Amino acid sequence: MELSCKHVWAHISEYIDQSVPADVREDIERHLEHCEICSAVLDSTRNILVLTADNRTFELPVGFSERLHDRLTKELGSEEELKK
Amino acid sequence: MTAAGTTGALQGRNEAELIARILSGEKELFHELIRPYERMLYLTAFSIVKNETDADECAQDAVVNAYRNLAKFRGDAKFSTWLVTIVVNEARQKLRKANRAKEESLDETIDSEEGEYTPAQLTDWREIPSEALERKELRETLQKAVAGLPDIYRQVFTLRDLQEMNVADTAAALGVNENIVKVRLHRARMMLQKSLAPYLKKNAGPERKGFWGRMPWS
Repeated sequence: MELSCKHVWAHISEYIDQSVPADVREDIERHLEHCEICSAVLDSTRNILVLTADNRTFELPVGFSERLHDRLTKELGSEEELKK
Repeated sequence: MTAAGTTGALQGRNEAELIARILSGEKELFHELIRPYERMLYLTAFSIVKNETDADECAQDAVVNAYRNLAKFRGDAKFSTWLVTIVVNEARQKLRKANRAKEESLDETIDSEEGEYTPAQLTDWREIPSEALERKELRETLQKAVAGLPDIYRQVFTLRDLQEMNVADTAAALGVNENIVKVRLHRARMMLQKSLAPYLKKNAGPERKGFWGRMPWS
């Protein structure tokens, strides 16, 4: 079946996640072969996801890990105190 | 995918062993148990409370809470899923306390509509992610765009695409069904594509000036 661009966009997220049914996947791929706009939409979305998953994009605040483990150390220590 | 699965299985076994040792008295090992999840704890909390100080505090509260309740953790679930559920709950409680919670009922009605988002339509895309990432301002733009997503979309996007959790675990952590996760993720990605694609391209180089003015943005 020949899909419209709108149909392709509606499935783009599932297509990226490879969770689209096989027949729809084939239709999408046939469409992508000749549609530059949909190919670019797909590429740009994928690229945004690559950027998102890169640890440099969303960094933790300075000292976060230290504060977290300090708090845990206190918790473990207070338990000891209670036992005494 | 297979490698990740194997790593996951190994991690699961190591964790089960660590948990057993912590419960039998080697409690200092709890530091090791949570170390791989520091990023997940912070980003999940941040996606809900939306400020650094509160997210920091939520992550700490979640860790303490997880430690105190570790005996209740059942080995049939993944430790990571259990932990993310705890931090989601801590963050939501904090939001409620601050009286900033949005009404869930309104969120659900949005979800029932089928996606009609029109993406930014480009005919070329030259940006290469590894090169793009060298640009600090691009990372900041992406952070802002994600922060600007409506709450329900940002939360799903954070778990699925920042932390690369699967659909089932994301659904369990947020207390929604898998279909809602898929719909919200699709919307979030399309919103980001629409807001970011033109920006990325505009900054990619001086060639083809004027091309953008002819794009059918809707």
